Amino acid sequence: MNAPGVDISQPPLPLRRRLVELLLGGGLLASAASFLYPILRYIVPPPSADLGGDTVVAGKVGDLKPNSGRIFRFGSKPGLLVFTADREYRALSATCTHLDCTVQYRDDLHQVWCACHNGIYDLNGRNVSGPPPRPLESYEVHVQGDEIVVTRRQKA
Amino acid sequence: MRLATHVRDWLDERFGWDELTHFLRKKTVPVHRYSYWYFLGGMTLFLFLVQVLTGILLLLYYRPTANEAFESVQYVMTRVPFGWLIRSVHSWAANLMILFAFAHMFSVLFLRAYRKPRELTWVSGMVLLLLAMGFGFSGYLLPWNTLAFFATKVGTDIVRQVPVVGHWLMIFLRGGEEVTGATLSRFFGLHVAVLPGITTMLLLVHLLLVQRFGISVPPGEEAAWRARPPEKREMPFFPNFLLRELMAWYVALGVLGALAALAPWELGTKADAFAPAPAGIKPEWYFLWMFQTLKLIPAKLGPLDGEMVGVLAFGVAGLLWLLLPFFDRGDGRNARWIAGAGVFALVYMASMSVYGYLAP
Repeated sequence: MNAPGVDISQPPLPLRRRLVELLLGGGLLASAASFLYPILRYIVPPPSADLGGDTVVAGKVGDLKPNSGRIFRFGSKPGLLVFTADREYRALSATCTHLDCTVQYRDDLHQVWCACHNGIYDLNGRNVSGPPPRPLESYEVHVQGDEIVVTRRQKA
Repeated sequence: MRLATHVRDWLDERFGWDELTHFLRKKTVPVHRYSYWYFLGGMTLFLFLVQVLTGILLLLYYRPTANEAFESVQYVMTRVPFGWLIRSVHSWAANLMILFAFAHMFSVLFLRAYRKPRELTWVSGMVLLLLAMGFGFSGYLLPWNTLAFFATKVGTDIVRQVPVVGHWLMIFLRGGEEVTGATLSRFFGLHVAVLPGITTMLLLVHLLLVQRFGISVPPGEEAAWRARPPEKREMPFFPNFLLRELMAWYVALGVLGALAALAPWELGTKADAFAPAPAGIKPEWYFLWMFQTLKLIPAKLGPLDGEMVGVLAFGVAGLLWLLLPFFDRGDGRNARWIAGAGVFALVYMASMSVYGYLAP
C-alpha cells in the first residue's frame, strides 16, 4: 500500500476520494481543536477581583517623620507615601515602571529609588535617571482629621 | 514533506535513526480470535497519559494545605474555565485506568501471556497495578472533603494492623498520630512526585520487556499455528496495529469527555476532623472487596485480632499472585490450577464488590 500523493506517476485521485479525505482530515482537526480549546482556556486564570477601590487610608498623621517614606497597600498593589523634608505628603505608585520591582524613598538622595537596577524618580514620580522608561503614577493626598487619604487621580 | 525528509536524514546521520526505529518496523502483532485483548494494555497506558496531562493542569490551581485544598478544588470546579472538565476527566480516567489495568491483568492471566520468558513482565505489571492503586488512594484525599478524610482514616488504620511495623507504617503515612494537614502534604508528595517517578521508570521497564519478548500468542493458537503453519497470521505493529489502537484511544477520549460532561465529579463537603463520619461510607469500588472481606472477619479469631489476620491474608495472597508465573511449569496441570485461581479471584472480587455495594 502506497501512501497517497507520494508517487507522482500515479493518476490524480478521484474527486470522491479527495472529498472523503477532506472530511476525515477536517473532522480530526476539528476534534483536536475541541480538545485543545478547553485546555488553553483552563490555563488562563479567571480575573481576580481588585479589592480596595480608588481611595485608601495610607496611614495616620504623625506616623511618618519628615524626610521619610513608607509602603502602603493600594488595592492589591503597593503604594509609596512620602513625607518630605518640607512637611508635605506625596503618594506614588510603588511599582517601578522598568521591571516591576518595588521602589523606596531614599532620605539621603531626597528621591525615590529602585534597588533592582538603580532607577531614580523625583518626588513627583518623574523618572530622573537609570533605566525606568516612564514616570510613576502619582496619587492625590488629603489629610482628613488624623488620617492620610490617598485617591487615584480621575482621568481627565 | 521535503522538510520532514530533511529532518529524518539529519537525525539518521547523527543517531542512526533507522537503526533506532528498526524495532518498530519489524514488530508484529499476532492476529487471531483473541487479538482484541491486546488493546487493554495500550488503553491503560493511554489513560495513564491522560492522568499525567490533566494532573499537571490541576497542579496549576491546586493548593495542598488543609486550609486551602478544598477551596482550591472548589475554585477549579466553579470559577476556572473548563476546570470542571479537567478535574472530572482526571477522576473518571483514574477509575477507568484501574478498571483497564485489572482487565489487562486478567486477560494476561487467562491467555497465559505470563509464561516463560515473560515472568518479569508479569511481576512489573503487578507492581504497576499496586502503584496505580496507590495513586488512587493518595489522590482520593487531595480534595480534602469529608469522604476523602474518613477513607484515609480507615485506610491508614488498616495499615496499622500489619504485625510489628504496622503502627510505625501508619505514623509514616499519616505524618503523625492523626489524619491532619501533615497527612495531606505527604499524600500530595506521594501522588505528584514519588509515585509518578517510580511508575514512569517501571512503565519503561514493562514496555521494554514487552518489546524484548514480543507479543505472546495464547497456547491454543500457538499449537494450531504449529500444526498448520499457513494459518499463522500477523499484522505489522506500525502502522496497522498502532492506527487501530489510536482509534480506540480516540473513542476513549470521547467517552471520557461525555462522562465528565454528563456526570461531573462531585466535591462534597469540606473535611471536619470533629464531625461524625457520614452514614453508609464506603471506599472506592476497587477497594470495596477488601473492605467487605475485612468486615466479615470476626473481631477475634482465637487469640488473634480478626483484622490483623485479614490484612496478613491479603498480604500473602498478593505476594503469591505477584509470583504466579513461577508456579507455571509449563505442563497442563499447573496451568489449569492457575486458571482456576484466576476464575476464583475474579468471581470472589466481583461478588464481594456487589455484596459490599448492596450491604448497608
